[in-house]
Amino acid sequence: MASGLMLEETELRLGLPGGGAGELAEVAVIRSSGKRGFLETIDLKLKLQTPVESKESESAEQGNKATDPHEKPPAPKAQAVGWPPVRSFRKNILNVQQQSESKNKEEQSDKAAAAAAAFVKVSMDGAPYLRKVDLKTYKSYQELSTALQKMFSSFATSGNYGSEEGVLRVRDFMNGAGKVTALVINGSEYVTTYEDKDGDWMLVGDVPWEMFVDSCKRLRVMKGSEVVGLAPTAMEKRKNRG
Amino acid sequence: MARVEETGGDREENKEEETSWWSPEAVEGGRVGEGPSRGSRGGRGGDGGRPDTPPPPPYSDQVLENVLENVLQFLVCRRDRNAASLVCRSWYRAEAQTRRELSVGNCYAVSPARVVRRFRCARALVLKGRPRFADFNLFPLGWGARFSPWLAAMATAYPWLERVCLKRMTVSDSDLAFLARSFPSFRDLTLICCDGFGTAGLAVIAVLCRNLRILDLIENDVEDEEEEVIDWISRFPETTTSLESLSFECVNCPVNFSALEALVARSPSLRRLRVNQNVSLGQLRRLMARAPHLTHLGTGSFRPGIAEDLNVADLEQAFVSSKSLICLSGFREVAPEHLPAILPVCANLVSLNLSYAVITAEQLKPVILKCNNLRTFWVLDTVGDEGLLAVAKACKNLHELRVFPFEATEDSEGSVSDVGLVAISNGCRKLQSILFFCQRMTNSAVVAMSKNCQDLVVFRLCIMGRHRPDHITREPMDEGFGAIVMNCKKLTRLAVSGLLTDKVFKYIATHGKSIRTLSVAFAGDSDLSLKYVLEGCHSLQKLEIRDSPFGDVGLLSGIHHYYNMRFLWMSSCMLTLSGCKEVAQKMPNLVVEVIGDRPKDLDSDTVEKLYLYRSLEGPRDDVPLFVNIL
Repeated sequence: MASGLMLEETELRLGLPGGGAGELAEVAVIRSSGKRGFLETIDLKLKLQTPVESKESESAEQGNKATDPHEKPPAPKAQAVGWPPVRSFRKNILNVQQQSESKNKEEQSDKAAAAAAAFVKVSMDGAPYLRKVDLKTYKSYQELSTALQKMFSSFATSGNYGSEEGVLRVRDFMNGAGKVTALVINGSEYVTTYEDKDGDWMLVGDVPWEMFVDSCKRLRVMKGSEVVGLAPTAMEKRKNRG
Repeated sequence: MARVEETGGDREENKEEETSWWSPEAVEGGRVGEGPSRGSRGGRGGDGGRPDTPPPPPYSDQVLENVLENVLQFLVCRRDRNAASLVCRSWYRAEAQTRRELSVGNCYAVSPARVVRRFRCARALVLKGRPRFADFNLFPLGWGARFSPWLAAMATAYPWLERVCLKRMTVSDSDLAFLARSFPSFRDLTLICCDGFGTAGLAVIAVLCRNLRILDLIENDVEDEEEEVIDWISRFPETTTSLESLSFECVNCPVNFSALEALVARSPSLRRLRVNQNVSLGQLRRLMARAPHLTHLGTGSFRPGIAEDLNVADLEQAFVSSKSLICLSGFREVAPEHLPAILPVCANLVSLNLSYAVITAEQLKPVILKCNNLRTFWVLDTVGDEGLLAVAKACKNLHELRVFPFEATEDSEGSVSDVGLVAISNGCRKLQSILFFCQRMTNSAVVAMSKNCQDLVVFRLCIMGRHRPDHITREPMDEGFGAIVMNCKKLTRLAVSGLLTDKVFKYIATHGKSIRTLSVAFAGDSDLSLKYVLEGCHSLQKLEIRDSPFGDVGLLSGIHHYYNMRFLWMSSCMLTLSGCKEVAQKMPNLVVEVIGDRPKDLDSDTVEKLYLYRSLEGPRDDVPLFVNIL
């Protein structure tokens, strides 16, 4: 894995707004030639780690855990949007291929299936068009929510985007189901729902993240007021099925 | 440096750039509608150069123009026509009257109204919208490139329109319906990498376009709400159709198979059929039986459906009977044990697309070793270097190779490497176009290819892990790409990757004089790189850059050249608003778009995404909130 990376070459990764990676902390670059490229001249409003910290967090990231105590939210490895430049249907379809292959043969590339992308459509009530996100680029519901807010806050209903945009607030949304994450976008409350493999619409947030990524086929951001009467949550569903 | 599958491969790369109808003189004159006039006037001391005065030309001038039209109608090539139109006003008019195919490389470079005013008798339109980086989620959805305004203009101006080909445009269902209703002679519809439509639009096309010959849907993003999928295949008229080509691999919804089979049965002219992955192997066999004269076949899933009991012999018989097949694709869920069924046609194959087929080298070999006439081959890297070796041995006539990654992530293992590249370069000396995804590469392999494959026109190497050096010497990949531009004199398209310093761009600038398209990602050390390229690559038309340390200084160094280019894209570089504004101010016929993902992004001084392009129309009027035109 990542056989080409040597410790003396840490990689530059930029957190691209939109696409969904969110504004994650960066890792600075030191070229093997000894020149410092980006760091000296860059003036982006990104959190830049110093090379020392970045080495630590890089080796920590390799172990899939971000444990750098100096940073507030540990920074997962930033995936660049649209890189490598392979079109999304290719990424997704290979996932499908894997699934159909494994019907007959034993699975030799579980890792591959795990690493492949998971593009799902996201629709938001009132928005003029759909968007797509790759769920594999997020590691938690928090990240997904942040990304969704950013994505859809561009549909300015009130035009006051000089002000601070929607902040993620966890609210008790009593649907008989306990806490549900609600999004506040441009002052209105929205709830994220998803369609699972069985075709049922569920509230986002109940199941462990990985399970959600595997079962989610598409997302829908609905106005909070319309959520009453939604399908029971995943937990309840499982319980009912026995 | 983004490489990705190009759609309709050869077709696209053969298109020439239109340069002369967009000349500086035209711009300064401000009235391209009438065309600039050049040195040589017509012998009659005619109308070249003078403002358009009303009195009709004398009789003999009119005759000359009629004669001219009759002659010019034989000119097909766009470049020739552009040149002819510049001779004088008379030729300009005659050419405009006789041009049948319009090709607009950037839908925002010119308005529909202007096009329609100049060319009165068009029968075909080729229109391109978004640039290629839009395929990789770098353009926010809703950015633009809508077909509607073009359609509206053409519906009145070109009632006899026959052919439309759109690439990276947004086409809605109602657009398709309007198209179907507006053009009674409509015959050919090709949509490549478009979005915005679904099966509803396809249904209207099927119903209303009675003379439809070509319906090619290639790598589009076809969206349907689940409940609203329409059985469009069954909407074709019950009578014999004139279909010659039907491609719907990208329309990923269930297919009414009996309707499809019946359609194929009543389409005697059908030569190209590419079905989606919901067609099973057994169903494919039936389709092939209905259409034994097919030349191009997209095989769908290539997997037996549930409860389908197929043996290879039966399937092989179907291929034996399809004596005209020269192009195979599909294999979307291939059951490898059935792949040998295609052996009977391998010797005749000119094009084979296995880029969705998860197969090993062992599974590939028996097939590829028979494909001795192959010119185009697309494959997944699961076949490994060993598979590529087999290709090199067998396919001596190979012109185009694309090796796609099974696992398209930065830290995947990668199954092909410099070893495979060298093998290909040794075996396939006639190679003209290559797209190669890998994780390990060496300079020496790339140098070897530059020496062995001197006919290379397109070289796109994607080392997926960012900033990866030569995996043996640990050096940057500068020398390899340098050798490519030095040795491959016909190179017009280049995509670079791996660890790259400013040096490689110096090489590109010095030797890449014919390069028209350059893709750069995660490369270079400083503005010098961009400066080299913009000052040295005189033929440069399209420059797409991402995540590279280029700033305003680099950007400004291209001011002398931007009018000669179709576009420049720069994302996640080091541009500032003031730099981009300066460009916009100095170049009034350039549209400079700053794109953010949120409207708020546009206030900051950092420019995350820049897209600039020449245009005769100034800022477009359909700008979404997250785009700022400077």
